[in-house]
Amino acid sequence: MIELEQVSYGYGDRTLLSDISMKLAPGSFHFLTGPSGAGKTTLIKLCYAELIASQGRVSLFDQDAQRMTRDDVAKARRRIGVVHQDCQFLDHLSVAENVSLPLTVSGRSLENPSELDDLLAWVGLTGQSDAKPPELSGGERQRAALARAVVMSPDVILADEPTGNIDWDMSLRLLKLLVELNKMGKTVLIATHDMNLIRSAKAQIQARVLRISNRQLQLAGADL
Amino acid sequence: MNVRLNTLMHFIAGDAQADRVVPPTGYTARLTVFAAASMAFLAVFALALSLATGRVADRWGEALAKSSTIRINAPVDQMDAQVLAVMEILATTPGIKDARPLGDDEQRALLEPWFGPDLPLDQLPIPKLIEVVEDSDGFDADGLRARLAGEAPGAILDDHTRWREPLVRAAKRLRALGFVAIVLIAALSGVVITLAASAALAANEQVIRVLRLVGARDKYIAHAFVRRYTLRALGGASVGTVLGGLAILLMPSAGDQGNFLTGLGFEGWQWLWPLLIPPLAALVAFVATRQTAQTVLQEKR
Repeated sequence: MIELEQVSYGYGDRTLLSDISMKLAPGSFHFLTGPSGAGKTTLIKLCYAELIASQGRVSLFDQDAQRMTRDDVAKARRRIGVVHQDCQFLDHLSVAENVSLPLTVSGRSLENPSELDDLLAWVGLTGQSDAKPPELSGGERQRAALARAVVMSPDVILADEPTGNIDWDMSLRLLKLLVELNKMGKTVLIATHDMNLIRSAKAQIQARVLRISNRQLQLAGADL
Repeated sequence: MNVRLNTLMHFIAGDAQADRVVPPTGYTARLTVFAAASMAFLAVFALALSLATGRVADRWGEALAKSSTIRINAPVDQMDAQVLAVMEILATTPGIKDARPLGDDEQRALLEPWFGPDLPLDQLPIPKLIEVVEDSDGFDADGLRARLAGEAPGAILDDHTRWREPLVRAAKRLRALGFVAIVLIAALSGVVITLAASAALAANEQVIRVLRLVGARDKYIAHAFVRRYTLRALGGASVGTVLGGLAILLMPSAGDQGNFLTGLGFEGWQWLWPLLIPPLAALVAFVATRQTAQTVLQEKR
């Protein structure tokens, strides 16, 4: 699915990530952890080709990200659902329009319009379809972002600090949705510094925990 | 051809959902509409100026090419003989279609604006005028002057070149300047719309980032902006063209005999020309916005 081989990334004289190798196999569940500023968001962005590695090779669905055309990148992103901490909505559109945006831009539509209602119900946003994103709470926004990330039934879900702005109960609720998606066969990568969230997930499923430390990626887990 | 037509029809029809992804309001929208309307208004005047000066140049050019005047200054007792001599010379000069002495009434009519209606023409030493109309081949003016000098010394050929040619040249240059003005107006419209589109794209950076994040292709994003700006330019230019046309209609007219200032406007089928301005403005907006969108999008991953 997504593979990084000896990838380094930096700008100017500063190296953020060095010699990173990682493989997101189909159906796997990964956590990416590390202190703030360690490069978690950078690594996530490398995984959907928003950033291009300075060295090494990033493969998205067997394509070299560096050689992908802009249209290829757009196509690949339709197979990757991304949830950011700041959600990144279009505030002038309703929740329903935001959630179905990946379908809109790819010229597709749901076979049955009620599927969108089902999706909103799944993330607990029944009755919020006509609301505008600024009217939602932090947790509702995160769940709407997750609904948008999965509306195209992507192969991979990348979540960058999805629980950063929400309370513990809401974090568990969001985690539950991500675990359900993983059980449906989706590959999931969650960047978080919330160790409690990781422990809670490991109690439910098999998850690999990767830690960025000193610009390097290490397999963690024993100390959790 | 059909594919292009389908693409054009798809562009005009648009996609309601795609149109909504870009926020609908903002100062760039008003700027584009205002700029397109203003430029179209000016373009109507530039077009009217070009066409009016074109008509004047054609009219003067035609008169220059077709008519001349021979003026005979001679004592009264020699006048008829000189006129006869000149008419004989003209009859044997190749390239002359028609020649006739102006009658007293015609000469009186020519002088009436300056001397009033009761001019005693027979008591004044007024030169006799002969109107010469040439055929399509034209005549040799220098040769005719030489013959007149030899056989009718009081006759002077005035082929109007002295004063008509500079005027026709000036009118033609004015027409060219009008077209240059139209080209400059189109270029300026392109610049203004490019700036407006750049500002809109910069203001909507977050929209573009989100669209790219969810898998939108550049073509889709550019289309959303290009269509919007093209339609705004079309709408603004339509309003500007209508206002410009009305302003031209309301200008005072001195009819066909008026000079180019009082005759500024369109005649007959020329009224169709301004109809080209809105689609041309839309085309300029389309090209300018598409180029801008492609440039801006290339800078983003």
